[in-house]
Amino acid sequence: MKKLRDILVIDDEPTVTGAVAKICSAEGMTVSAAGQASEALQNLEEHDFRLMLCDIMMPELNGFQFLEALANRGIHTPVVMMTGYSTVENAVKSMTSTGAVDYIPKPFTADELLTVIQRSLRCGTLQEEAESASLTRRGAMSYIPCPQDYYSLGYVSWALMEEKGTAKIGVSDLFLKAANGIRSLELSEPGEDLLQGIPCAEATSPDGMVHNIMCPLSGRILEVNDQVQSAPSLVERDPYFRGWLYRILPSNPASDLQWLNL
Amino acid sequence: MLNSKIGLKLTFWVVLTVLMAIGIFAYFNIQSENKSLLMEVERHASQFSEHLKQDMNYDMMHADRRRIQDGIHRIGSQDSVQSIRVFNKPGEIVYSSTPEEIGNVVDMTADVCERCHVEGLPLKVLEGQDRMRIFQPDDDSPRMLGIINPIYNEETCWTAACHEHPETKPVLGMLDVTLPLTEVDRNIRRSQIAVIVLAISVILILSLIVGFMVRWWIDRPVQELLTAMKHVSGGNLAYRVKVTRDDELGMLARSFNNMTDNLAQVRLQLFQSDKLASLGRLAAGVAHEINNPLTAVLTNSSYLLKRSQGHPETSDDLQVIVSETIRCREIVKSLLDFARQTVPKKREADINKIIGRAAMVIENQLTTRSVELVMELDPEIPNVRVDANQIQQVFINLLVNASDAIGEKSGTIRITSKAISLNPTGVLQIKRALCRKRHDLIDRKVQIDGKPAISMRYRKNKETGLIHLDPMYGSNKHNLGAMPPLDTGVDLQCPDCSASLIVDGELCPKCNSPIFAFEVPMKGLVKGCLREGCNWHRWQQVDSAWDDEYVEVRVIDNGCGIPETQLPKLFEPFATTKGQKGTGLGLAVTWGIVDNHNGMISVESEVGVGTTFIIRFPVGS
Repeated sequence: MKKLRDILVIDDEPTVTGAVAKICSAEGMTVSAAGQASEALQNLEEHDFRLMLCDIMMPELNGFQFLEALANRGIHTPVVMMTGYSTVENAVKSMTSTGAVDYIPKPFTADELLTVIQRSLRCGTLQEEAESASLTRRGAMSYIPCPQDYYSLGYVSWALMEEKGTAKIGVSDLFLKAANGIRSLELSEPGEDLLQGIPCAEATSPDGMVHNIMCPLSGRILEVNDQVQSAPSLVERDPYFRGWLYRILPSNPASDLQWLNL
Repeated sequence: MLNSKIGLKLTFWVVLTVLMAIGIFAYFNIQSENKSLLMEVERHASQFSEHLKQDMNYDMMHADRRRIQDGIHRIGSQDSVQSIRVFNKPGEIVYSSTPEEIGNVVDMTADVCERCHVEGLPLKVLEGQDRMRIFQPDDDSPRMLGIINPIYNEETCWTAACHEHPETKPVLGMLDVTLPLTEVDRNIRRSQIAVIVLAISVILILSLIVGFMVRWWIDRPVQELLTAMKHVSGGNLAYRVKVTRDDELGMLARSFNNMTDNLAQVRLQLFQSDKLASLGRLAAGVAHEINNPLTAVLTNSSYLLKRSQGHPETSDDLQVIVSETIRCREIVKSLLDFARQTVPKKREADINKIIGRAAMVIENQLTTRSVELVMELDPEIPNVRVDANQIQQVFINLLVNASDAIGEKSGTIRITSKAISLNPTGVLQIKRALCRKRHDLIDRKVQIDGKPAISMRYRKNKETGLIHLDPMYGSNKHNLGAMPPLDTGVDLQCPDCSASLIVDGELCPKCNSPIFAFEVPMKGLVKGCLREGCNWHRWQQVDSAWDDEYVEVRVIDNGCGIPETQLPKLFEPFATTKGQKGTGLGLAVTWGIVDNHNGMISVESEVGVGTTFIIRFPVGS
């Protein structure tokens, strides 16, 4: 039986792995660091991890190849990608094609990092629970998955294409549960442009953490859900129907949708 | 050659058509002239023959054969007569102008005899034309006209004393007169030559005229267009075709010029976007390289900040490090946003606060350089929806620029904010103005307040002259020269085509004077009154769709100023005035940010006096 550690951080920049290790250790988490993907794979031989943080642009094996290697070895540990703002597209791709659960744009503050880590850890736990619940057919699902016909970006947000060519955007229940619920919500205004993979709303959870909700589709906001704005709890109560956030006019649905899970 | 030149082809076919028309005309003309000349000759011959017969009548009555033969010989030896012969019924020559052939018998089967003597049939009586024959004895001799004239048996003949002819014979013989057609043929040839010469000269003159016209109206302008196309395809987009005419080719030239104008603009934009694209690549590269060190700074400082709660002296400093690193992150992001041309993340914000933050950031730099920063901010200005980080970046850029312009000497930067109401008056520049026939009225040689003016021609009887209107809509600093008032029957015209610019059936609603109108492409008609002191104007599309309320910020320095030649390129990427010191990106990024906020940025500058940047953000959009 391998020893279980909390976090494995992989980045070719030692200052980044060092800082991440320092912050996580201070929160009482056990952290291993790897300077490249091959080293990380060695680490995985010795330990199991609850979560991995991985850079995308690395020498030798890059982030994508590392995710592939994980899949080949049957390792299902959730992975959070770390990347610069300039390669958001890559991050979005990594969340659909290769099973990364979330991503955090560099540079980030300690709070932002911890928010993502804790949310992702909880997300992993929730998914495990749900899996065992469905295997044993006992107990209720701990979260409601996206309904049919909903496109989802990782476990974060969803988009529903409407007949008029518009799309509704919202947050997934798993994200809300992983964030421990929301206390307040900050939304953008109608007329603003949203980009896929860039935060389109900020949700503050009761513990004071600020969660960025990444936008599943690029487009212009046509309408903001007033009910949600006045009562954010509606999102938690009915995340997929009455709790939608925006109605948008997608600017490039064809290429955006290929990166979403149906 | 014929295939390659349109002018030559056209000339060739026109000349060919004319040639055929004139050829056919000449042919029928010659034919009819021949016919009438011959008819005249035939009439003359028939008269001559008849006279001769009458003349001989007396001698016949007296059966004076010698006198008859003498007469025939005498008349027949004239130049205008070839031969005269008299046959008797069996065809024997009885009298002849050539005495040697008397007694010869003619071949009765000859064509001319056959006309009457068809075997077995009764003799025919010949009329007019049938008695004539035209023939040519041999190739060298002239054509001949032969005319036969039957000598009928009349009562006087069978009752004459000689009793030579019995009463039963209807025809006694035949008078055959042959006249040479030498003179007639010469006349015919002369008239043929005249017609041919005429035809050739008409064709020559016509082809010359056609050729000239084709050259003048088609060849030359087409050649000009071709030259222009070669220039343009070679990359010289400044080349202009001279437009001198109003016909289709003139229009073609005009649209060609329009096309190259547009092309030049598009190329400029392409050039700009090309620069923006490389800026984007640069920014992406910078972002990637800078993100890792920034991550280290940000994570460590924010971690330290978390741990130093309760130690205000360190946590305050750490707070500055964290927030400034976050600002660095936003700058990198906005640079990428700008390169991607995305819309900023806007929130309601107080511009004065943003100015305050920007000022704080560069305060140190200003004091070390002994630059005084004076803020005249109006606390009453309304909030505007902006991306505070981006706008802070704009003010920092402008303040740094101002401080650089002041340089080593001491100086003052004033930054002011106020709410303003802008209506289109004096703000919007009319950059294109067209007459009804789509001639551009903008005259780049004449400027009003440094902007190309709109030119028009006034005309009253013989009095005429040019006037120039202010291109800033509603500013009305027109230069009307010596133009008499419009209500005295003055016409305003396009200087190019003289199309009237006066609006029919519409008068100024303020003063009832006639009004002018011109078109701004894609933006509708601009109408206005030129009566002194009236200044009424209407531009439907602009008057109705205009943001009224703005927050205006001015950054004013008394530094070195910017030369006028550099002003138009000021906001282009990599167009730095600071030489090695600048990156050439500051103002381009500034412009992009302001533009993304639907704002306006403009600059006024005078070398040695200073520079003012004016930024306006619309309120409530």
